[in-house]
Amino acid sequence: MTERHIIGAAVPRKEGRDKVTGRARYVDDMTLPGMIFGATVRSTIPRGKIKKISFGPGIAWDGFVIASASDIPCKNCIALILEDQPCLANGAVNHPEEPILLLAHADRHLLRKAVDAVSIEYERLPALLAMEESESKKEIIWGEDNVFKTYLIEKGEVDSVWKDAAHIVEGEYRTGAQEQLYIENNGVIAAYDAEAGVTVWGSLQCPYYVHKALMALFGLPAEKVRVIQMETGGAFGGKEEYPSMISAHAALLAKKSGRPVKIIYDRAEDMVATTKRHPSRTRHRTAVDANGKILGGEIEIAMDGGAYATLSSVVLSRGTIHAGGPYYWPHVRVRAKAVATNTPPHGAFRGFGAPQTIFAMERHMDRIARAVGVSPIEIRKRNFLKTGMTTITEQEIREEIDLSGLLDRAVKLSNYDEKRKEFGAVKNGQKKGMGVAAFLHGAGFTGSGERYLNSMVGVEGLADGTVRVLVSSAEFGQGTNTVLCQVAAQELVIPYELVTIAQPDTTVVPNSGPTVASRTAMIVGKLVQSAARGLKQTLIGSGFLQGTYTPEEFRKACKEFVAVRRALKSYSRYEAPPGIYWDDSKYKGEAYSAFAWAVYIAEVAVDPVTYGVSVEDFVALQEIGRVLHPLLAEGQIAGGVAQAIGFALYEKVVWQEGRMANNQMTNYIMPTSVDLPPIRVFFEQNGNVHGAYGAKGIGELPMDGPAPAIVNAVEDAMKIRFDSIPLMPEDIFRATTVRQDA
Amino acid sequence: MKDDPRNYELVSPDSLREAAVLLSDDPGRWVPIAGGTDLMVLYSAGKLTVRNLLNIWGLSELRQFEVTPSVLRIGAGCTYSDLQKHEIVGKEFSMLAKAASWTGGIANQNRGTLGGNIANASPAADSLPALLAYDAVLELYSVRGVRQIPYSEFHLGYKKHALAPDELIRTICLPRNTKGTISYCRKVGTRNAQAISKVCIAGLARIANGVIEEARIGMGSVAPVPVRLQKTEQELLGRNVGPELVEKARRSVGQQIQPIEDIRSTAQYRDAVATNLVEEFVQRLCVEAEQQ
Amino acid sequence: MSSSAEKSGEQEHSFFLNGETISVRAFPMERLLDVLRVELGLTGAKEGCGEGECGSCSVLINGELVNSCLVPVAQVKGTHVTTIEGLAKHESLHPLQEAFLECGGAQCGICTPGMILASVHLLEKHPQPTLEQIKEGLSGNLCRCTGYMQIFEAVRKAAYGESQR
Repeated sequence: MTERHIIGAAVPRKEGRDKVTGRARYVDDMTLPGMIFGATVRSTIPRGKIKKISFGPGIAWDGFVIASASDIPCKNCIALILEDQPCLANGAVNHPEEPILLLAHADRHLLRKAVDAVSIEYERLPALLAMEESESKKEIIWGEDNVFKTYLIEKGEVDSVWKDAAHIVEGEYRTGAQEQLYIENNGVIAAYDAEAGVTVWGSLQCPYYVHKALMALFGLPAEKVRVIQMETGGAFGGKEEYPSMISAHAALLAKKSGRPVKIIYDRAEDMVATTKRHPSRTRHRTAVDANGKILGGEIEIAMDGGAYATLSSVVLSRGTIHAGGPYYWPHVRVRAKAVATNTPPHGAFRGFGAPQTIFAMERHMDRIARAVGVSPIEIRKRNFLKTGMTTITEQEIREEIDLSGLLDRAVKLSNYDEKRKEFGAVKNGQKKGMGVAAFLHGAGFTGSGERYLNSMVGVEGLADGTVRVLVSSAEFGQGTNTVLCQVAAQELVIPYELVTIAQPDTTVVPNSGPTVASRTAMIVGKLVQSAARGLKQTLIGSGFLQGTYTPEEFRKACKEFVAVRRALKSYSRYEAPPGIYWDDSKYKGEAYSAFAWAVYIAEVAVDPVTYGVSVEDFVALQEIGRVLHPLLAEGQIAGGVAQAIGFALYEKVVWQEGRMANNQMTNYIMPTSVDLPPIRVFFEQNGNVHGAYGAKGIGELPMDGPAPAIVNAVEDAMKIRFDSIPLMPEDIFRATTVRQDA
Repeated sequence: MKDDPRNYELVSPDSLREAAVLLSDDPGRWVPIAGGTDLMVLYSAGKLTVRNLLNIWGLSELRQFEVTPSVLRIGAGCTYSDLQKHEIVGKEFSMLAKAASWTGGIANQNRGTLGGNIANASPAADSLPALLAYDAVLELYSVRGVRQIPYSEFHLGYKKHALAPDELIRTICLPRNTKGTISYCRKVGTRNAQAISKVCIAGLARIANGVIEEARIGMGSVAPVPVRLQKTEQELLGRNVGPELVEKARRSVGQQIQPIEDIRSTAQYRDAVATNLVEEFVQRLCVEAEQQ
Repeated sequence: MSSSAEKSGEQEHSFFLNGETISVRAFPMERLLDVLRVELGLTGAKEGCGEGECGSCSVLINGELVNSCLVPVAQVKGTHVTTIEGLAKHESLHPLQEAFLECGGAQCGICTPGMILASVHLLEKHPQPTLEQIKEGLSGNLCRCTGYMQIFEAVRKAAYGESQR
């Protein structure tokens, strides 16, 4: 039996051929016999009561299927964490674009006309359109106090640190909403049958989330709801929870019409009505000694969750836990809250709270550096976590880490010192600067989350002797299919070509948990590894296979087993590593089973004529346990950095009365191929006992660092402080005129 | 996709003459569609209120270049890609070639036409400042004949222009008088490609012995129509290039423009950048004068 | 006038599609994108924005890259339209398709058909493109997954036979 080197090799993307030939089937590429189209009538106001719904003239309304809240068989809610978000508004609306009615018709064009012909009279109620308005509680729009969730982390005795501080540094940092902007809009096809129940085909990340939501909405048992993930054109979190909503809509119409119903959003609707990244405000007050060492501090986090709770408690959680960055805090108090506003609910987006608080932390570190009179490099080195130290949740760092060494390497790779010297010498023209961000990202669900998910994975031997992986983990570009097949092939010591992966279909695959939280390669991968091991042991234990074997022998054994025993399936369920301690009420303990560590360095140039920032060079260095697939890993980092450059410099959501006014690709600006620097990606691999083949999750990591690195670089270039993103040329212009006036 | 193809009529005349006849028979009924890069966006958004479209894409009479010793005649149906490929455009009207490379991405440049850019009359259109700087003359065609109008007189107000309901833009004529001039053009957009401009400048000047003999400056996105900065041109004419002139030029800009605040940018930003662009232009002239 | 008999209503539109002659009955203002996807079942071209910004609907008309969401079908009469489905001859892939596979140029795949056609168009114009020319040539095709780096690699690989790694 030869050692196979599949892990760490750039094997072909499993579904790659279909993607480059245009054969890959996304939901809008699919048609079912008798299928009709669905569309949504939405609220035009941020908050109010629905007084009257009128169906305008010029439309043959009899030909339409119309569904409203009263058509919902069981619970009118999208089951997620709380049950506050209605599937369809029932008498009241709490945000612009809230869904009120559903229409279906065979004629797609007529359908659009009909949506426009529905007019709704409201009794307006005062709306809260910004975080500060919500905090003022001048109106209560949710619960008792507009607050979805709070967290408090207390480590040590923070009240005692101020008196000994050589410097007390304060700062307030803000991040705006960001649209995921997957190139494929949200879409779904639903069918309903009295016998079989509901079937949904969709562009989605979490088949079992949709499954759970539809069970609750229809009051159906598990076996009467079937969810199938189609090829998905990008997701980034934007298809974590939202598909439950659009699936519910299509399913309701399917039930009422007796026909399959397709709902595909156009770009304008997708941007205006679906989730975005939570806007945030983070305040730091930090006590440091004369050398810049952190003695302790207070961090206050506020996030805008929009009108309903959805995932805000979890986004806030991750933001809270990452708020201290990769630094040692002997004493700290973190207070965090997520508040309600009358805007479309915000949701998951790559990073999930961490990009927000890490932006604040890394901007604040530079501020501390300046207060103390020490370089941004030095200040970080003096405060980095080391092996044996504890995080703000008192999680001990057990792995061998050398963050100072990582920082030094990034400094070298980016020519940080030479460039800063060169830039300092330039008097006129373009202002250039260098900026650093050091950060961490915990992979997997927080604390006892993975135990709660209780993920299960299957590996199956087929009649033709090949192997099939059974997971509900979705592929949406990040390489799920490829990596999980690599893991199975490596474990079984058979060629990668002999392993396939089932399309996620809840009637075929077990619930391996949602495809989120950078958990797929690491946690689900490890389960695939153990399920594959189980399969091997079954074959060996039953005598069909010897202890050492060739691929041909494996294949033969598998064929024979299936021929005789009819099926060969091995399942593996998640088991929490022993000794993991997490206190959910105090937010103390082992928050994540693994952290990836990173240092990113940006070089920027600010144009004196246009005030525009151009990122000229970007170094992304990270320690990620093990590189399972070099191309996929590099692709994840490059893509995440590009998205984060958008977060920092281009992607501004313009709000008008709680609604996204620039909901077109023409006016919501993401970077094109000529807007990005060379993104130079480097990895270090120190292993991870809790991840498949030593891997750590990396999908979200690259979203955390670029924005603060870039804004740190802009401050280096301009000697002006900017504490809010997106940082637009107009903001830089305004700051320079204030400077001149002052 | 918000509108219904069934609600629209699209007719394809075989010749320019036929198109003009249709327009004359029923003025106001038709809107000409060339590459569709403006109209089809409106159509998809459900905002194309005119239902009768006259297809002028593919009329070879409109998609021609004619080079005479004194004029370059560009057919209104020439695309941005056509402009970028043409030798004389590249040599003598480089700002137009430049502007053509800024408009949308390559796919839109293969379809968008110069005539369409003019007729759509957006003050943010990229080629229009260059046309102003080049003193373009338009030939407008109808069954009544051909009439010429200086391009500077074409735009009457925001999205209002001098085309009669039965007229089509046939040709854009550029006088071949740019030899020996210095040109400077720049677009400031929301990003480096596929961006609507926040401010756009196209400036042309002739310098002899350090004195500015000629200055023409077109600017877009700073008023309801693209404008010539005539006051700035006056400040520059007959003057010696130098730092004091830069300052004079800067101060002249604000009174000639009325930039707005919109979804993309602010009035103050546009004002400041417009001024900076003029400064950059004049500084460029200083550098050129020194080299002469 | 070519359509004097029918001022409105569906018409026959004849053109060449991936090398074969074809005739489609459609309203003249129907978008080429919809004709391809719905009437002809060629779903390789995608609708990402409907406004000519994302390029995921890109096809070639007479070898020129265009956004099919902005082309009324009446205007393709007599032209040669190439879609992603027409790129690979039988089972062997076009060098660009191979290169995209080898270099990680496709992640979620939704921009890929348009991106590959844009790359085809680019290499026809610049068979030995500089990095600048590659970036310019692809600036009308948005990719949200890759950050473009591996797409540039793929184009370089197809042009030069090897990437710059």
